[in-house]
Order: sequence, then structure tokens, then C-alpha cells
Amino acid sequence: MKAFTKAAGVAIPFLENDVNTDQIAPVGGGVKLHEDYTETLFKNRRRRDDGSIDESFVFNSPQFRRGAILVTGHNFGCGSSRESAVWVFQAIGVSCIIARSFADIYRENCLQNGVLALALPEADAARLELSVLSANGAPVFSVDLVERTIEGPDGLHIRFEISEAERTRLLEGLDDIGLTLKQLPEIEAWEKRMASEAPWAQHANASSL
Amino acid sequence: MRRPDLTFSALDHTPASKPGRDEFTNPEGKPFIDAMRQGSRENGVRVFDLNDAEHGISHVVAPEIGMVLPGATHAVPDSHACTVGGLGALAFGCGTTELEHVLATQVIALIKPKRMRVNIVGKLGAHASAKDVALNILSQIGSSGGRGHAIEFAGEAARALSVEGRLTLCNLTIEMGSRSGLVAPDDTTFQWLAGRPWAPGGAMWERALTHWRTLRSDDDAFFDKDVTVNCEGLAPQITWGTDPAQVIPVDGRTPDPSSMPADKRALAERALAYMGLAGGEHIEGLPVHRVFIGSCTNARLPDLREAAAILRGRKVAEGVVALVSPGSGKVKREAEAIGLDSIFKDAGFIWGESACSMCAGANGDGGQSGERILSTTNRNFENRQGRGARTHLVGPALAAAAAVSGRIVDVRKLADGQA
Ligand code: SF4
Repeated sequence: MKAFTKAAGVAIPFLENDVNTDQIAPVGGGVKLHEDYTETLFKNRRRRDDGSIDESFVFNSPQFRRGAILVTGHNFGCGSSRESAVWVFQAIGVSCIIARSFADIYRENCLQNGVLALALPEADAARLELSVLSANGAPVFSVDLVERTIEGPDGLHIRFEISEAERTRLLEGLDDIGLTLKQLPEIEAWEKRMASEAPWAQHANASSL
Repeated sequence: MRRPDLTFSALDHTPASKPGRDEFTNPEGKPFIDAMRQGSRENGVRVFDLNDAEHGISHVVAPEIGMVLPGATHAVPDSHACTVGGLGALAFGCGTTELEHVLATQVIALIKPKRMRVNIVGKLGAHASAKDVALNILSQIGSSGGRGHAIEFAGEAARALSVEGRLTLCNLTIEMGSRSGLVAPDDTTFQWLAGRPWAPGGAMWERALTHWRTLRSDDDAFFDKDVTVNCEGLAPQITWGTDPAQVIPVDGRTPDPSSMPADKRALAERALAYMGLAGGEHIEGLPVHRVFIGSCTNARLPDLREAAAILRGRKVAEGVVALVSPGSGKVKREAEAIGLDSIFKDAGFIWGESACSMCAGANGDGGQSGERILSTTNRNFENRQGRGARTHLVGPALAAAAAVSGRIVDVRKLADGQA
């Protein structure tokens, strides 16, 4: 996994609540095994019903075609667990998503890809949103995971909380599989114990026991 | 892969569901089918392939063969993994990378979720089923009401549901914002599981049963969140918007955004505009273009029976395209054995093959822009069933009633001969 220490540059304001992954990364009509994720990103919402480009949609604005940070609302990434809903943002340069809150699976999917997913308390979120709106695409924001700070223009300075485990995982870009396999003896011991205590649960086809 | 013996592949999202389909019917899905077969073969994983007797939607197949057992844990790279909580199993929907970790290690790394109990009380009204209960809960707790929590559905009304009903209820856990939801296993569960092909048998069954009977919350268990939902006399429910929590009873009216708090208003206005509706409008009477009965939510045998009871002796209204896709090959065979297929076909439904079909619009089936679709699925998001398609989530009875009426009707009146 790629390590995350800092994201700096343009912050994209997408201030909607309950944005689902079907919107973020649609699968209908032309889904491919290997797709161009910059095109998948909000594929349906970027165009009007007649097929013309909706210039007023934020991801179509020239200043927001790429960005380092996404700033968004409540319950971001609800719905389907598709991980492409994270990859589409990475494809346009985003490595940090700041929301008022995240859907559980989406947040986990961010973490799995080295994307920092930060849920800010209301007051901090409101300050940041205002600042991002008024910066309107100026590359003046940074999120620093070492210092646990968000910096912006006019002295904007927000300290954020994050669990130490998550922070380390992101900072070091740790490979989860490798980490877990260090505990293989415990996993095996557990399986052995379960095989005697609850044998039916350690066999897919318990009727053959 | 650490435990190929405990790992299974299902082909459900991408194959076509058209009658007589094969792997080539939906050309877009073919590369996915091939990749799944190849990856599974290389790792020694059993694929429930299209011609397999146990083919179907994974969340339907895993319970019905007895792969899912009370107290077991399941990881599925699909958010509706929570479905199997209906058997008292703990399941986690996950993304691709998280799945990779599960495959390599056979464990999942989690932050322990908080505990939430949804107590469901009361006796449902006529033609209301588990789907209506789930939609009603959604209307009360919202689509992030369960975020960060694992939900236990408890209470007399949850107990009264069949296992199929509980699977339907738990299916919509993710729509409530929770990754996992379950109903504690009880005699209903055990009777349903007994004799399933993969469930333990003989002395092992007795041993398992003794353990499973302990799997219930203590009477004084603590829940971080505890809500009670009264379903006494519950009417059939329907979504009016583009969020599964935007629900009203079928005899109700769409809400008036101007009376909503500011943070809800903009979303409601956008949802109404997308759905081609005004605020304060009766939902009954709206013309319907397409009806879909299927998906991991509502395509088990009792769901098909419920719809067939309405369809018997009636015809799909002119201009309505109606499709049913049984949740699995087994459901399809059983339905055919008792003649349900004839009822659907005589009424004018397309009797399709098992797949996700129109639920996600990823297999070539879907609606057209502006079409109003009554769908027994779980997501009414914008463009989910085709660009510009307007999805109303309902239970099987309401879907069937709409198919024969050509408009949204209160199935209770239709059944009484008043509509
Ligand atoms: S039927 Fe629909 S919700 Fe269920 S697994 Fe398939 S696409 Fe997902």
C-alpha cells in the first residue's frame, strides 16, 4: 500500500450529503474489467440527459478536474461496497477525503488504499467548507498526517484526531496481509480450537463431517 | 489463498437473466465471468457456475444450501453480505482490497462496531411483509441511522418472520448504514436449516444445536442505541425518492419539502425532481412502465408466492414490461414444480433466469430514462436501474399489483376488488 503523509494542493468542495457509490462510480452501461477511472467518476452526473456536459457540476469545472483533497458532507460513500468509488478519486489525484461523516465500508475502502478519510466535527467541517468554497480551486490547502493538521489560507488551522493504529498504518503504508500473517500461529491455534469446539463451523460442507 | 476449502465464487452480477441465457448473452459481463472462473480455478475455489444446480445470487444460495450457519462469520465483497444475518450469522460486506486480506489470511481486521437493537413490535397489516418492515424502519431511522453499529433485529415481529422474511429484513441493514445485522437464531431458524445439504447432520447437528441455542442476547444486554419500531397494522410501504429511507405507505402522499428542515429539503427537492413528482402528491395512481421482481432482497420462494397470489387470474397491464428473476436455480426449480412459473407467464411476466438482473443494471437489463419502475430490490439511487430510470422500492405484492394495474395501486384494495 502507498504511504500517506501529506496531501497538498486543490481542495474540491462537493458539499452534498448521502452521496452513494452508485453515483460516484456507476456500473451500468459500459462497465469494463479495466476501466479509465477518470471517466467513471460521476459518469452520470457529469452529463445532462441529452448527453451534453453539465458545466455547473463541480467535477467538470476546470479548476476541479484534479485535486488533492475532497471536502464533502454526511454519510459519504453509502451504498454498494465497490472499491472503484475510491479509485475514481485517486485517479484525479485525491489522496485525502474530508467529510462530515462516512459510510462504514467506504471509510474502510479508503484506508485500504492509503487514502486518508477524515470525519471532522461539525464546527471544524463548517470552517473548512467555507474556506474551500472561497478558495475556489486555488492550490492552498494541505493535510499533514504527521502533525495531524489541516492548513489553509487566512491562517486556517485545524487539528484533527485519528486513532494511532490507523495513523501508523497510513504513514508507513503497511501491508495489512503481511501484518496479519505475523499472527499466523494465533490464527492457526484458534482454528484448531474451533475445529474441536465447533467443528461444523470450520467446514464449508458440514454435512460431510 | 489460505482456505480455498472455505471460499466460494458466485456469478451473479454480470450474467444475463433473460430466459435461456448463457454466458454470452450479456457480452459486457463475459470478461468478468471469465476472470472469475480463471481466478477460482487457479486457487482451487469452487465456482457456482451458470450450469450448476446451486447457481444463483450468492446471498440467496449461501443460506439455502446451509453454507451459512448461526454464529458463523462470513465476508463477501458485496455490501448485501448482511442478508445472511437472517440465520443468525455475522456477515461483513467488504471492498476488494479488504477481501484480498480475507482470502490471504482467513481473518478480517475490524474496529469493533457499536451495538444497536431495533425492536420490532406489533402485527403487520394485510399484504405487508418483511420488506415493508425494513422500509418502515428505514423511514424512521434514516439511511445512516445504523452507521458504526451492528444491528440486532429483535422483538415479537422479528420473531414472527419466516427465515426468508428475516433474510429480506437483514438484507436492508446496509441501507440503514450498518455493515452487519442479524436476527438471533431460534426454533424457526433451526427448523429451516435442518436437512439443508451443507448443514451438519446426525450427532453433529445435535451438538451444533446445543451451541446455537446459546446464541441470544442476555436479557440485560447493553446496546449503544436501542429503538423500537411499531409495525401494528403496517400498510404496504413504497419509496418515493432516491434514498431508500424516503418511504411512505402506499396510500400516503409524497412529503412537502417546504415543511422540512433545511438539510433535508434540498435532497428531497432533488429526489422529487428526479422522480418526476411534486410534493404532497398521492403516490397511488402514478403510471408504471416496468415491474421487476427479483434480487437478493425479494426473490425467494415465499416472495414469488406472494406475487403470484396477486397475479393469479390477472394480466399484466398493456404497455408494462414485467420481469421476474428467481433468486437462485433452486428457487426457480421449486417455483416451477408448484406451477408458479405458469402463473407468472400466463399473466404476461417474463420468467427469467437467476441473476442480479435489473437490480444493479450491470447485466444488460434495465429501464429507460423517465420510466417508472416498481422494483422489489433494495436501492432506488439515481440511475441505478438505468440512466434516468425512476425506481420505487416495494415488496412483491405491491409490485405484482402495479404490474396488473399499470399504475401504483394499494394492493389491499386490489385484492378486495376495490381497485
Ligand atoms: S441482487 Fe442487487 S443488491 Fe443483491 S447482490 Fe445483486 S446487485 Fe447486489
